[in-house]
Amino acid sequence: MQTHHFKPDLPPPRQSIGPAAWLRANLFSSWFNGLLTVVALYLIWLIVPPLVQWAFLDADWLGETRADCTSDGACWVFIKQRFGQFMYGFYPTELRWRVDLTVVLAILGAAPLFISAMPRKALYGIVFLLVYPLVAYWLLHGGMGLEVVRTSQWGGLMLTLVIAAVGIAGALPLGIALALGRRSDMPAIRVICVTFIEFWRGVPLITVLFMSSVMLPLFLPEGMSFDKLIRALIGVILFQSAYIAEVVRGGLQAIPKGQYEAAEAMGLGYWRVMGLVILPQALKMVIPGIVNTFISLFKDTSLVIIIGLFDLLNSIKQATTDPAWLGMATEGYVFAALVFWIFCFGMSRYSMHLERKLDTSHKH
Amino acid sequence: MQTAAKAPRPKGSLWTDPKARAWVFQLVAILVVVALGWFLYSNTMINLEKRGITTGFAFLNNTAGFGIAQHLIEYTETDSYGRVFLIGLLNTLLVSVIGIVMATLLGFTLGIARLAPNWLVSRLATVYIEIFRNIPPLLQILFWYFAVMLSLPGPRQSLGVFDNFYLNSRGLYVPAPSVSDTFGLFLGALAVSIVAIIVLGRWAKLRREATGQIFPVALSAIGILLLVPGIAVIVAGSPLDWTTPKLTGFNFTDGWVLIPELIALTLALTMYTAAFIAEIVRAGIQSVSHGQTEAASSLGLPPGRTLHLVVIPQALRVIIPPLTSQYLNLAKNSSLAAAIGYPEMVSLFAGTVLNQTGQAIEVIAITMSVYLAISISISMLMNWYNKRIALIER
Repeated sequence: MQTHHFKPDLPPPRQSIGPAAWLRANLFSSWFNGLLTVVALYLIWLIVPPLVQWAFLDADWLGETRADCTSDGACWVFIKQRFGQFMYGFYPTELRWRVDLTVVLAILGAAPLFISAMPRKALYGIVFLLVYPLVAYWLLHGGMGLEVVRTSQWGGLMLTLVIAAVGIAGALPLGIALALGRRSDMPAIRVICVTFIEFWRGVPLITVLFMSSVMLPLFLPEGMSFDKLIRALIGVILFQSAYIAEVVRGGLQAIPKGQYEAAEAMGLGYWRVMGLVILPQALKMVIPGIVNTFISLFKDTSLVIIIGLFDLLNSIKQATTDPAWLGMATEGYVFAALVFWIFCFGMSRYSMHLERKLDTSHKH
Repeated sequence: MQTAAKAPRPKGSLWTDPKARAWVFQLVAILVVVALGWFLYSNTMINLEKRGITTGFAFLNNTAGFGIAQHLIEYTETDSYGRVFLIGLLNTLLVSVIGIVMATLLGFTLGIARLAPNWLVSRLATVYIEIFRNIPPLLQILFWYFAVMLSLPGPRQSLGVFDNFYLNSRGLYVPAPSVSDTFGLFLGALAVSIVAIIVLGRWAKLRREATGQIFPVALSAIGILLLVPGIAVIVAGSPLDWTTPKLTGFNFTDGWVLIPELIALTLALTMYTAAFIAEIVRAGIQSVSHGQTEAASSLGLPPGRTLHLVVIPQALRVIIPPLTSQYLNLAKNSSLAAAIGYPEMVSLFAGTVLNQTGQAIEVIAITMSVYLAISISISMLMNWYNKRIALIER
């Protein structure tokens, strides 16, 4: 009896596997592509080596003063020396633990919300959102046994985070209310909401901040005045709520009409229809949009520089005008850019992740 | 068959009647808004009276008395605040228009590059987009202004290009054009070639409909545009006279200067907005399903024509609405110039004029209405365009 022996498999052709084939397919598939590759390589060569040289190879890392920066590269000593100011502003050094504690509490408190399997997540979330702001205010501002630190001393990254967090926490409920108002059947409510939303969306935040810092004192009765931070926060919240309203409206419009009709057929009133049926679905749908709005809010917090609050960017701008550290503008702004970038990029990745997770369509 | 019998309304049900409730609710809402408005208005009036500020727009006729670094129209220190307003408005529009044009060009290039089959090019575009859209525009403006423009060498050590362009810490000096004698001839040649192109286009369309043959209109149009005015220039000489900037003493004279604030602002706004436009373009192109391209090829359309007639028109429908809001954002972000002192609406009017006159309410109201007007006009223009290219569904 004859057994048939298979010949061993031939290796795949050189042309279609391995680095050479990858290069051919992705970089040199045509003469035009080859040209593009060469141009791109030239661009990289033009930008990357000098950058690495400046930021790492030639940089000064150790030292105390400007005199320690002897090489041609970046002087990171400046950042190191002023790091505390960039993070906390003029918050008293011996009380900075309170800021740290606030951040740690925020992370620990919010962590369970990101665990999908946690029971009673909604309840926990509501309790956290109600309790944490009070604790944070007590820790940051003081009073009731803690030394009071006035908001004029707040600054740096801490102030940036405070503005962003309060801004989103205030804008979210207001924005949802506005979105519901814009979709309302009552013409008067609709007109009020549309006017409000379109007004704030039509003007730049900077004029809103100007308005809240110059005009708000005129609007309020004598003797009733807020400090600068609160005025800025009011401006930010009003401005941002209009954007949130448009994002939420997108979600409300995406809910099929059958959902409204079914809920009404069950005998639910307006608030029950919205609270139990429509909003849970709509809000879940627009979470990525809300995160994106939050990213732009986070970037916009840097505008408080205009009304003289010392957020991260303004602290750095001030530090670069210090006579002892002249000529450090590049290092300062590169550091600021890095911090903002890490936050915004992280959030945008998170938003993309959420989009994938919440996507219940059956496209794939 | 059942007649829709009206359900008998329970007694004392005005509160449970949705219509009545809606009326009450709206009435209350209007009252609240009016009351709030009245509260703010009366407070403002009392406060203004106490501080001795007169209201009204009469201050616009007062003499401004300060200099402005960049003005597109004639301006002296004795001009009125009204003229200052006009200069601020023009400078805002200048930055917005330059920014929009440049951001569109860069954004479309990046968006297409991101989808390019070339791995390196698409990665480079991705890196650019991810870096620049995640850094606040204000920070980018400050970076270009303080870290780049102001650390350039002084006028005597200017970086010169072709002996015509000079870049230093006081700005970019470029040759200034002025109309020469042959400008009319050049314009005439230009007009002739445009008419020729329109006639050619008509003819090509008629021929295509009659015979099915396609005439390369775009290519011939470029040829005509280059050739006819080109001949005019060669025969009669340049239509524009250029005055190049010259270093005299410690500064440049002649030529035009782009002030560093303008350069920093346009660079930052362009690079920031381009990153967003690139993402919009990418999403738009990707929204056209591959089946469309395949169907076009199976009809025998060559790749260029497929792109032109099938992919781009459909992609534009997705691209235009978000693109509009990016244009609006750019126009609004131009107000960030206040941080570096470029004389536009906010820094000039809501800054300097407000400080000098103390007319907070009028100044802020004027500034806000300018931006509202810009926003509304850009959206109306884009809505009109969007309607023109929108899909006409059956």
